[in-house]
Formats: sequence, structure tokens, C-alpha cells
Amino acid sequence: MRQIFTVANKEFYDGLRNRWLLSITIIFAVLSVGLTYFGAAASGTVGLTSLSTTIASLASLAVFLIPLIALLLSYDSFVGEQEGGTLLLLLTYPLSKNQLLLGKFLGQGGIIALATTLGFGSSAILLFMKHHDLAIIETFAYFIGSATLLGLSFTAIAYLISLISSEKSKAAGGALITWFLFALVFDLGLLALLVGTDSSLSQTTLTQLMMLNPADVFRLVNLAGLDSTDVNGALAVAINANLSQVQLLSVLLAWIVIPLTITSFIFKNKKL
Amino acid sequence: MSTKNAVVSLEDVSKHYKELKALSGVNLQLAQGEVLGLFGHNGAGKTTMMKLILGVVSPEFGKVSVMGMQPDDKSAWHMRAKMGYLPENVMFYEQLTGLEVLTYFSKLKGKNKAHAKQLLEQVGISHAQNRPVKTYSKGMRQRLGLAQAFIGEPKLLLLDEPTVGLDPNATAEFYRSVDELKTQGTSVILCSHVLPGVEQHIDRAMIISGGKTLALGTIAQLRSQANLPVKIKHQGLNSDIASDSLLAGFIHEEDSLLVPEHEKINVLRQLLSNQSLTDVAVESANLEQVYQYYLSQKVASSNDVKKDVA
Repeated sequence: MRQIFTVANKEFYDGLRNRWLLSITIIFAVLSVGLTYFGAAASGTVGLTSLSTTIASLASLAVFLIPLIALLLSYDSFVGEQEGGTLLLLLTYPLSKNQLLLGKFLGQGGIIALATTLGFGSSAILLFMKHHDLAIIETFAYFIGSATLLGLSFTAIAYLISLISSEKSKAAGGALITWFLFALVFDLGLLALLVGTDSSLSQTTLTQLMMLNPADVFRLVNLAGLDSTDVNGALAVAINANLSQVQLLSVLLAWIVIPLTITSFIFKNKKL
Repeated sequence: MSTKNAVVSLEDVSKHYKELKALSGVNLQLAQGEVLGLFGHNGAGKTTMMKLILGVVSPEFGKVSVMGMQPDDKSAWHMRAKMGYLPENVMFYEQLTGLEVLTYFSKLKGKNKAHAKQLLEQVGISHAQNRPVKTYSKGMRQRLGLAQAFIGEPKLLLLDEPTVGLDPNATAEFYRSVDELKTQGTSVILCSHVLPGVEQHIDRAMIISGGKTLALGTIAQLRSQANLPVKIKHQGLNSDIASDSLLAGFIHEEDSLLVPEHEKINVLRQLLSNQSLTDVAVESANLEQVYQYYLSQKVASSNDVKKDVA
């Protein structure tokens, strides 16, 4: 346990030193405050918009940004140390591969979690000061929690990429492709499937397919509770399928645990 | 020496990476406080042997045991705190300071920052402890690596090319710390292909090539096994040496003779009896020559095999 904490501590301070925490927090804060304030500008008004509109916009934003940031933060975590020779050295220490993996996950996951909380939390506070409605805090807490889970899921996926890549540049390419697949291609594919099969795809099947992408699960988690008037596209169809929030969150959690487990297995069998 | 008391014991160990036979049938017993020089050129299997001892890789055949335990086994992890390793090429976290790097590694071995500071002092880079590692010179990085290997007063040290990048002063200092560790009972495996200067500091030498042991023993043993001639330099003798029936056969250069070990004394007596001799110097074969000898033996024997096949 002490070993895990030592590694986590180092990774967390690396995140502070590289200004990762600062940059991510600022990006999230500026975008979310902007969306909260100017989200309704298109309809001619400036000022605080409704809670569901805000969350809907924030979710569509976060679903692109958070995976990208998590992948960027962690793609070189193992391949970088392998290239530098410190990975081999660390493994001669009284430190197991799983301890190293979990330590890194805690440290870098901590950066993601803290940045998400501070960044999006700022709009929550802004909204709360205006409306004094506890529902705002509740909704945002839920949003921040699920955004953190999304970030952690892509951190785990980044480790997987980092361990199967032989070079840092290949890992960077792999991370970019992964982001492209999950954030864009997957939804386009779903849409194509919907159109191509003449809507013979049942709602249940569609929703089940969406479980294969953590980004979509995150969308479902946050949009399912909202007015469906704020949501359109393929998602609106899926929302009507009844999946409980607990189920959705469990799927998101599985998207953290399963990649981490696979990563741990690959790490164990990796030749050094 | 029994296997039980050995700090490191390799019994008929083989390690293969797919087709590549990194090590085959290697035997070694390393006692407490013994310093072993492990020599071989690139790809000879030195690093593989270190990885086996460190427990990072497992052998296909044979048995590796370190301090009585299997190093690749989970139960042996606590023992790793008693081992120090300096890899051949290591780039420490460039953005961290020397002290931060060493504190991180110290903590992983259950030591604290004060221990790290003391080690930086010991290797002579405490003046740069608060500077990022990216500003360090090659020699300073090597010293940082050494400090890392010295964490927690290890009982076993594995050093891969420890003197690369060190200036002569630092090299001498390094060998002094090896001698000191040895007196404290630390066993050391020094891996190198640079040989001058290392002779006085090692108890035994092991020469490997192509994953096989070519020679293992004290330098004196290896020297006598190799049966390399002794070089005798002389001054003041002139052409009369060529007419001497004993000496004529050994003439190497104008002022030197190459003499087999067992003839050394006879030749010296003969030389000393000559009144015109003003100076004489005897040079036994050095480690470098012994090393070259065993490597050339290997090439010769493998050529024989090829001929047989043809």
C-alpha cells in the first residue's frame, strides 16, 4: 500500500509540475462558465440558462474533451519509462507490476478528478450563487462524478495503449486513433446502422450497442434525466430505453475496471 | 563453497528469447563480500544474466537463487530492498531534480529523504541536488545512477558499465566505494567491457560470449590457464642476445622477449648473468590480453566446428 502511494504521489506531483492540472482546470472552467452564461446566446439572450440546457451542453463538450485529455495525460506513462530505462529499474525494486499500475492510476486519475471537480465545479458555484437551488449542486455533483469516471476510463485505456506500444510516438498515434474512434466514428457508425437498417434496429439493441463506448454511456448517464427536448439525434431514441442510472454508472465503472484488468494482464506477460 | 552460503547461485541456467540463446548452461556461485567482474562484448548475455539475478526475467532451465530465494518469486520481493542495480542506460526523470529522483527511489525501498541526501553527498553531486536532471552532465547522471544503486546499504550490487562517463578521479572514487562496500560484506557483480583499472578491485573474473561461460576464476588462474607468455623488457643488451641459445627463441622485439610462464625464471637468470644488462622489467599478461585470448579461443573452436560440418 505504501508503495502504491509513493508512486501515486510522484505521478500526481508530475501532473502539478507539468501544469497539467492547471491547464485542464482552466480549460474546463472557462468552457463551462462560458456555456453556463452564454449557452442561450443563440436564442438571443445572455445570462444563465436552464439547468438541463447547461448540463446538456457541458456533457456534449466533456464527451469530446475529457477522453482526449485523459489519453494525452497518460499515453506515455509506461512506454516513456520503458524508453528511459526506469521501467526496468523500478521492477527490480520491491514493487510489483500491479502496485506500479495502480499507483500511476491513482496519481494521474487524481489529476483528472481534481481538474474536473475544480473546473466544472466553478460553474456549479456560479449557478448556485444566482439561483440558490440545491438541485444545481446535486445535478452538478452527478455530472462531475460521471465525468471523472469517464476520465478514469480513458486513463485506463491509455495505459493499455502505452503498454502495447513499442515506442512513444506509436503510443501517441494509438491514443489519437482511439480518441477518434470512440468520440466520433462510433456514433457515426451507429447512425449509419440506424439509417441503413431502416430503423428495424430496436431501441434495446441500440442502447446495448452504446454500452460498447464509454463516451456514449457517459452521455446517457447525463442526458437521460433531462428534458428530451434538449437532446436530439440518435441519443434521443436511446434515452427512452429504460436503463437505470445505477446500471449506467456500473457500466461506466466496468469501463474502468476491465481495461485496467487487461492492462495488468498484458503488463504481467510483457518482456522487458 | 556450498550453495547455501552463496549470495548468488546459478545452476546450469539457460534463458532463450525465441531463437536467440541469450544464456546457456551458466554456473556461478558468488560468496558474500566477493567482487566478480563479468566481461563480454555487446550481446554476450551480461545484461540477461543480471536480469535473471534481479528476478525481472525467469530462466527456461536451471535454477537461480539469490540469498537463498528464487528472485522471480513473489515471496522474494522484500529481499529486493537488499539489492542495488545500476542499469547500463538509464534516463532518470529529466524534469525532476536529482534529490527528487533519489528520494522517490529511496522511498520505494523504504528509506527517507535524508538517506537520499546522504547518498548524493557520497557520490559528490550534492551541490546539484536541486537542479533538474536534464541539466546534468553524463558523469553526473552516472553518479546519480550509482547513488540509486547504493540505496539501503545493499547486500548485493549489480553494476552494468558503472564507470562509463566518469572522469579518472571519479572512477578512482567509484572503485574506492566498491572496495569499501566489499569490506562491509557486500557482494558486487561488475559488468564491463572496459578493462583497464578493474583488475585490482575484483576477486574473480567471468568471461562470457554468446551466452556461454568461456572462463571463470581468479585473474591468476585465468592467466595460468591461458598460458600467455610473460613479456620481459631489457636494456643494455645488444646483439649477443641473438647468439644465446636459450634466449634467441623468445625474441619478440629488439628490447623485449616473450617467454612462457614456466620459463620465466630460467630466462631471468640467464639475463641477469649478463654483465651488460642495465634494466629489466617483467610484465605478466594483463586482463585485457587474457580476455582477448579467451575470446579468440572461442572463435577458433567455433571455426573448427564449422569445418567439421563442411
